[in-house]
Amino acid sequence: MSEASGSLRTLEADAAARRIRRNWLLSLPALALLLVGASGPLLIVLVYSFLKPGDFSGVIWEPTFNAWFQILFSRDIFDDTIGLADAHLTIFWRSVRLSLSTTLITLLLGLPTAYFIATRSGRQRMFWLFLITIPFWTNLLIRTFAILEMLRNEGIVNNALIDLGVITEPLQILYTDTAVLIGMSYVYLPLMVLPLYAAIERLDFRLVEAGYDLYANRVQVFRRIILPIIKPGIVAGSILVFVPSLGAYVTPRVLGGGKNMMIGNFIELQFGQGRNWPLGASLSILLLFIVMAALLLYVRASSREEPHG
Amino acid sequence: MAERARKSFSVRQLPGVTPITMACFAALYAPIVIIVIYSFNAGDSVALWQGFSFRWYAIAAENELVQEATVRSLVIALWASGISTVLATMAALGTTRTAKFPGSTFIYVMINQPLMVPEIVTAVALLIFFASIKVATGYSGLGYLILAHSAFCVPFAYLPIRARLEGMDRTLEIAAADLYATPWQTFRRVTLPLVLPGIVAGAMLAFVISLDDVIITEFVKSAGQDTLPTYMLGQLRRAVTPEVNAISTALLGLTILLLTAFFLLTGRGNDKKP
Repeated sequence: MSEASGSLRTLEADAAARRIRRNWLLSLPALALLLVGASGPLLIVLVYSFLKPGDFSGVIWEPTFNAWFQILFSRDIFDDTIGLADAHLTIFWRSVRLSLSTTLITLLLGLPTAYFIATRSGRQRMFWLFLITIPFWTNLLIRTFAILEMLRNEGIVNNALIDLGVITEPLQILYTDTAVLIGMSYVYLPLMVLPLYAAIERLDFRLVEAGYDLYANRVQVFRRIILPIIKPGIVAGSILVFVPSLGAYVTPRVLGGGKNMMIGNFIELQFGQGRNWPLGASLSILLLFIVMAALLLYVRASSREEPHG
Repeated sequence: MAERARKSFSVRQLPGVTPITMACFAALYAPIVIIVIYSFNAGDSVALWQGFSFRWYAIAAENELVQEATVRSLVIALWASGISTVLATMAALGTTRTAKFPGSTFIYVMINQPLMVPEIVTAVALLIFFASIKVATGYSGLGYLILAHSAFCVPFAYLPIRARLEGMDRTLEIAAADLYATPWQTFRRVTLPLVLPGIVAGAMLAFVISLDDVIITEFVKSAGQDTLPTYMLGQLRRAVTPEVNAISTALLGLTILLLTAFFLLTGRGNDKKP
């Protein structure tokens, strides 16, 4: 009796071990590809951030913290005094400021849009959702190029403003921070709308009705009932917009011109004309950590909100 | 009071929502529509309309650089979507419809990692990595681009396949096993036909993602290995002619075509679910 149940147990254990081995074997090729083509090289970047830059490009294999030091500080070439690297701080500040502004603008525009889509019924809702997904999947470069064309001196925006008599000379919008901000808000708006839509779609409008029944006005209903319920969607959308904005490369390069760099362009510069691979590597790792921290924050926030769903 | 009663009151309505939404959609589509319209401009300008013509499509089609970049983009996208879809299908079979097992979270995080790491960071990492391999082996062909594209396409191929597998009925496979089908026969005759819409959807998504990539391609490519997007990025630095509009419109058409097919495929899959 006990022998039989014992062998049954080993049979079950065998089956479980076989299942685990099968699952790992099936996943292994994909893991190998990602290790070579995505994750593994990140470790090399980490190592490079602790090396000395080579004369023309590449690195010299001597361990140093110099690259990490250079992110914030610079050493004067004449008297060896240490000061803050103002140029770097300007670029960081621009990146953070533009990313936060982009998040705010997309939130202010995306919230009503998501609310509108979520309160449509059936087929209409699918239609509006499809309309928001098309720009989302359209090549980022094409969308940035479209904004470039709009903002040109002889572009539609300036021509319209001149025709309306608002201005007489074309405004120089292109190659300013404003252009980058317009471009990023345009490019990332769908990323804000989709999670907001998912949150509003689950909203139980009986709660809203109860609020009106209890003599709440529209503002009170929005602030006290709708806003707290859709908060997870707002957090999700904000992270989804903020993270790619902070690492943006194409949009600031095309719309910002050479002077209005963001972190992404500054990293590229270190591997091109800057010829300082270790600095580029340390900046990349820094960006990676900021993004990971934001994502972790999001995971923790959403797991705490889970009981609602 | 009386005025309020006359208006129909809905709890779902909020003031200002409809106008802001319409303005948003107009702002989202106007720039793209203008790009498309000016791709048919007969003149040299991207802002001054001088009549309808296919002139710039002909010029783009005859441009050798555009031809080569198009072929290169398609070759890379075909390889990358093929490789990533096969590997993602295997991984999805290994990680769905199974209890949590040691390392399952690790596998899931690894597969989705390209979605989390900023693209510029991956691009820099691959630049460093491939640069040393290029020196060591002397090989500088399209292989690097295909490898990089295959890697970041894996999560995009994986997600629809996984979704399809999770919504699938287990009983059919159990029935097949009951009828003495070998595991391979069960997979070939029952599982594969059922997951196929998910696999096709995943492959198409991977294809679009590969076709659209700018940053990683820009960093990994060797000299003379421009794809269509990196060629366009290079052109944007100069005075732009409607040729770029024509290329954009063609790419846009292809993307919309693939996406509509994708929606139809996954939509039909959802209908079948009980």
